[in-house]
Amino acid sequence: MRQTNTFKKSLWVFHLNTGSCNGCDIEIVATLTPRYDAERFGIKLVGTPRHADVLIATGPVTKEMADRAKRVYEQMPEPKYVMCVGSCGSTGGVFYDSYNTLGGIDKIIPVDVYVPGCPPRPEAIIHAFVKLWEKMDKKAEKSRPVKKRKQANKNKTVNKDKTVKRSKIVNKRSTILTKRITEQK
Amino acid sequence: MHDAYKMFLGPVHPALEEPIFFDFKIVGEKVIATNLKPGNAHRGIEALGMKRNPIQVLYLSERICGICSVSHASTFSRAVEAAAGIEVPERADYIRTIFCELERLHSHILWAGLLAHEIGFHSVLHYGMKVREDVMDLLEYLSGNRVNYGVYVIGGVRRDIPKEKHEKIRQSIKYYNAAFEKFKDVFLNDKTIRMRTEGVGVLTKNDALKLCAVGPTARGSGLNKDTRQDWSYLAYGDIGVKAQLPSQVTGKINGDVLDRTIVRLLEIKQSAEIIERCIDQMPKGSLVSEPKAAVILSRLKNAEGEGIARTEAPRGELHHYVRLAKKEVVDTWKAKAPTYNNLMAVPVMMKDAQIADIPVIICSIDPCIACLDRVSIIEGNSGKSMNKYDLHELCLRKSEMFGKIERGHQ
Repeated sequence: MRQTNTFKKSLWVFHLNTGSCNGCDIEIVATLTPRYDAERFGIKLVGTPRHADVLIATGPVTKEMADRAKRVYEQMPEPKYVMCVGSCGSTGGVFYDSYNTLGGIDKIIPVDVYVPGCPPRPEAIIHAFVKLWEKMDKKAEKSRPVKKRKQANKNKTVNKDKTVKRSKIVNKRSTILTKRITEQK
Repeated sequence: MHDAYKMFLGPVHPALEEPIFFDFKIVGEKVIATNLKPGNAHRGIEALGMKRNPIQVLYLSERICGICSVSHASTFSRAVEAAAGIEVPERADYIRTIFCELERLHSHILWAGLLAHEIGFHSVLHYGMKVREDVMDLLEYLSGNRVNYGVYVIGGVRRDIPKEKHEKIRQSIKYYNAAFEKFKDVFLNDKTIRMRTEGVGVLTKNDALKLCAVGPTARGSGLNKDTRQDWSYLAYGDIGVKAQLPSQVTGKINGDVLDRTIVRLLEIKQSAEIIERCIDQMPKGSLVSEPKAAVILSRLKNAEGEGIARTEAPRGELHHYVRLAKKEVVDTWKAKAPTYNNLMAVPVMMKDAQIADIPVIICSIDPCIACLDRVSIIEGNSGKSMNKYDLHELCLRKSEMFGKIERGHQ
C-alpha cells in the first residue's frame, strides 16, 4: 500500500461487543497479537471510547445493547469511524428473524467498513483497515482548503500529460492496424 | 469506618470481553456484596431453533458461542441422534473426540493468556496467542475453518482425518507439550503470578457443591467431577479419562485462582494425550450413518422422541435437550451452558476480595456470556427483566387464579 498521510498516524480502536458469539472478538484479538500483528501499523486496542478513532462493533445488536452502542458512539471524539466485523453485525446473519436482535449495527450508528464472514479471518480484518485508510484519505482530500487542493491539482498535471501521450501511442497503433487490415482486404 | 458505596462494572468495560453487568458493594477496598445481571447478549437462539429443521439448527448451534462451537454442535447432534435413534459409526466418534479436544486446547491456552493479561503480564498473553495460532492452523488443516468448523453432521462427521494427516497432528502435539512445560513454569514458579492468584477468589468444596459448579471451576475446588469420566460419551469410554485435580501438582486443594489455573494447565497436557491416543486407536469404517442429507432430514421429520446429551465443554458440563414431534421443525430445544452454574459462584469468590482482584476472579471461571444468555423474561412493555422472586410470585398468582375458577365451578 502507498504510504499516505492517514497511514502515518496510529488508529486507536475500541472494541464493542453487541451480543456477539466471541468468534469475531477472538479473531480481532488474533489480528492484534504476534502472528498477524496489526499493532505494527499502530492499531491498538484502547480501554475507553473517548480515546478511540475507530469503533469495531461485533454481533447482531441485541435490544439491550442498542442504546449502549449509541452512547459509546456518541462518546467518541470526531473524526470517528465505525468498522463492523462479522456477518451478524453487517446484516443480522443467522439471527435475522430473532425477537431480541435488531439485525445489523448500521440500524443504530453509521458504518464505514463492513467485514463479512462468520467469522472473518484476521487477514480480512487487516484488509478492512486498509480500506478504512483509503476512505480516510478521500475524506481528508475533500476537507482540505481550496488553495491547497488547487496546488495539489497542479502537481497532478504531470500525470495527465503521461496519459495523453499513452493514448496517442495507442491511437497510432490502432491506425497502423486498421491500415494493415484494409491492405489485406 | 468507611460507609459502603456501590461500584458498577459493565456491560461495556475493557476488563470484560463480553457484555455483562456487575454491581459491587464496597467498603474501602473490600468487596462486601456482589450482584450480577446477565442478559445483554441474549439473542433468542432457542426460539430461532424452533422455527428451523434440525440440520439448519446444527448450523445455528455452532453460533451459540465462537470458542466452544464444537461442544455445542456435538451436544446438539448427539441429542438429536438420541431423539431419532440414529447410530453413529465408530470412526466418526473418534474424529468428533479429536475436534472436541482440539477445542479444549485452544480455549485453555487462550484463557491462560487472558489471565496473565488481567494480572499485567502482557508478554504471556502474546505468547499464548502465538501458541494458540498453531492449534488454529491444525484445526484449519483438518476442517478448513478457523473458528466454526462445520465438521459435525447429524449421524457422523463431514470430513475424514486420513493417515497422511496424522504426522502433522503428532508434530503439533509435541509443540503443545513444550508449550505446556513453559506455561507450567510461568504460572507455578513466577513470584508475581503466585502472589496475585494464591488465596484469591477462594471457593470451598462445600460451596462448589451447593452452587453446582462445573468443569475446571469445580475441579479447582476439589470436586472429582468430569463428564468425560462420569458419563463417558464419544470415544472417551475407550480412552479412559480421569478428572484432573490441583492436588496432583501442589498436594493440597485451596480452591483459589491458582488451583483453577493448574487444572486448566493439566488439561492442556491431558487433551494432547487424548488426541494422540485417538489417532493411534482410530478404527476403520464409514464417516456417516447415512450419506444423503435428504434421507436424514426425512427421517428426522418423521421421528418422535426426546433426547438429552451432555458434554464436557472447555468450561464445564454442557447440556442440550431436544424434542422431535413428527414436525418439519425442532419441537423443543433447550441448551444449558456451563457458565450458568459457574457464574453463580462468582459472588461467593468475591467476598472480601480487593477491587484490583475483581478482573482476575471474573476471568478465573472463564465466563462465556454468549453461552450463558439463553432466556430472559420481560415484564410487559416495561423492559424490566424478571428475577426468581418475581417469577415465583407470578406462579403463585396463577395457581390462585385457577383455585378461584375451581371454587367458582363448585
